[in-house]
Amino acid sequence: MQPFTQLTGIVAPLEALNVDTDQIIPKQFLKRIERTGYGPMLFFDWRYLADEKTPNPDFEMNAPRYQGASILLSKDNFGCGSSREHAPWALENYGIRCILAPSFADIFYYNCFNNGILPVKVASETVDQLFAEVRASEGYQLTVDLEALRIVKPDGSTIAFEIHPFLRERLLNGWDQIGLTLRHEDKISAYEKARAIA
Amino acid sequence: MAKTIYQKIWDAHEVYTPAGEDPILYIDRHYAHEVTSAQAFEGLRLAGRKVRHPELTFAVMDHNIPTKDRDKPIADVLSRAQIEALRNNCAEFGIECFDMFDERNGVVHVVGPELGLTLPGMTIVCGDSHTATHGAFGALAHGIGTSEVEHVLATQTLLQKPSKTMEVRVSGKLGAGVTAKDVVLAIIGKIGTAGGTGYVIEFTGEVIRALTMEGRMTVCNMAIEAGARAGLVSPDEKTFAYLRGRRYLPANKSFDALSAEWAQWASDAACSYDTVVELRGEDIEPQVTWGTSPGMVTGVSGHVPVLAEIADANTRLAAKNALAYVGLAEGLPITDIKINKMFIGSCTNGRLEDLRAAAKVAKGHQVDPSIELAIVVPGSYAVKKEAEAEGLDTIFREAGFEWRDPGCSMCLAMNDDRLNPGDRCASTSNRNFEGRQGKDSRTHLVGPAMAAAAAIAGHFVDVRNWDYK
Ligand code: SF4
Repeated sequence: MQPFTQLTGIVAPLEALNVDTDQIIPKQFLKRIERTGYGPMLFFDWRYLADEKTPNPDFEMNAPRYQGASILLSKDNFGCGSSREHAPWALENYGIRCILAPSFADIFYYNCFNNGILPVKVASETVDQLFAEVRASEGYQLTVDLEALRIVKPDGSTIAFEIHPFLRERLLNGWDQIGLTLRHEDKISAYEKARAIA
Repeated sequence: MAKTIYQKIWDAHEVYTPAGEDPILYIDRHYAHEVTSAQAFEGLRLAGRKVRHPELTFAVMDHNIPTKDRDKPIADVLSRAQIEALRNNCAEFGIECFDMFDERNGVVHVVGPELGLTLPGMTIVCGDSHTATHGAFGALAHGIGTSEVEHVLATQTLLQKPSKTMEVRVSGKLGAGVTAKDVVLAIIGKIGTAGGTGYVIEFTGEVIRALTMEGRMTVCNMAIEAGARAGLVSPDEKTFAYLRGRRYLPANKSFDALSAEWAQWASDAACSYDTVVELRGEDIEPQVTWGTSPGMVTGVSGHVPVLAEIADANTRLAAKNALAYVGLAEGLPITDIKINKMFIGSCTNGRLEDLRAAAKVAKGHQVDPSIELAIVVPGSYAVKKEAEAEGLDTIFREAGFEWRDPGCSMCLAMNDDRLNPGDRCASTSNRNFEGRQGKDSRTHLVGPAMAAAAAIAGHFVDVRNWDYK
């Protein structure tokens, strides 16, 4: 998994509450066998017109100024619904490495850490203010610094955030669950030896 | 200190618990199928990781495979791709795969026990919630997600929080015509679909002891429908007798030595559980679900609920929505529910004993003209072969049932075996969720004899009064 230390990138606004995993990636794409390639299916039903090809001009993220965004700004309860890991896969494939929102659904939140994405809880008023600033200046970028636990705005001012120390360590080191367990590989080998598992 | 089987298995498999993190549990057996494994293999590939113990994983394709004309190419490209991906991944990572024409093929939870791959005291996982089935052998078996599948492949372990224990004791004796399926549906009806959440259930009592291994598998299979992480039964002489001579038993020990080891896993007589639930076998009649969750169930002599009689507001609302979906009137006697399709099969009820019970009912009768489709899908090729050796296929065919090749089939309708909108099906599977067997279709869960009887009568009947010929 890609480590996450510091990221500077364009911020895309997705002004909706309760963005659920069905909206992040609709269920018709779950029969695929790949873990990658879900980027074009991200927000499928919002992003395209009825012909399923033409970008929907009313979907704000489609605007040219937000192309290449790596930070997503959204509202409360982001990622609710099913536990499908296709949701973080789609975000990551699209290029999103960090999501700023006032709150996240539980399973989605932890799924992010298995996929190199940093979900940051930011106070509601701050999020509202960020929406305004993002829209006010084209090319608006933020720097998210996981080591220093702060977000740096274009004017140099900062927003501090918190995260569970262990989750922070995992992302900083790029440890997925497997990586974590493999820190204890010696224990697994010893266990296997004791049970004579070759 | 006296321990439950769950505690014994846990203690024997806990590798290490890092401070502030979840325990690492060793996994003895991993089963894989085509729907939930592809991304896990791709994850390994992307990370440049190997499968730690390819010899401890066995793969089988079952969810997508056709149950007829299997020699023809599969029309659905996505299904075909999932099957091919499993075949290729197994070849690449050195995993034994029971391909769709292999004599060992069948539904993963039917095949594992049949081959002697599932043994008492094991930890068993599969990217499939009905992995609980293997608990019938006194194994700690549960379903996992795709990231966890990858984790198991890479490390042969799983990060897992300990569960609480629940004893579900079924005492006394079952009446004639009452089966394992009725027992487990009655249990779910009693504790509810979330009643087992956070627990591992151990099924105990004379009724469970008296069940065959096949019956115990049916009960454990649906532990997940009660919300439990896993369900298990302590091993006994029946367990050992079932396993004798199975193909994949460890070759380095005598059967007596193995049985002696297996016997150690059984719960100690003086052990205690966090929760105990009791049922009496005598109180259980053949069960039929009327709604859209396995807990919406009643005895065959009962009726669809009357909403005003349901005290709890949330339960009432759920029942109301379910009745709107299934299109049944309040208070309708269960035996007045007419069906137009029937499915016998799945990892719940696709084993030989199930087919025997259904064939016994079908013998000398004819499927009602109102039935548009009645299919019998054996759980595995081995089951199919044994059933054919006993002439069960002939009985089914003569009675108007279709006899198919093994697979998950209409249990979840990922292949072509699917209900149409508005269809009403008597099904021996385990889930009656909205759309499970096809968009806007209605499913009633029953045991195999009840399903066969319903197909012959055109509506549900009490199989205890059946006219056997
Ligand atoms: S038969 Fe049904 S429940 Fe069993 S593994 Fe197949 S799809 Fe799942």
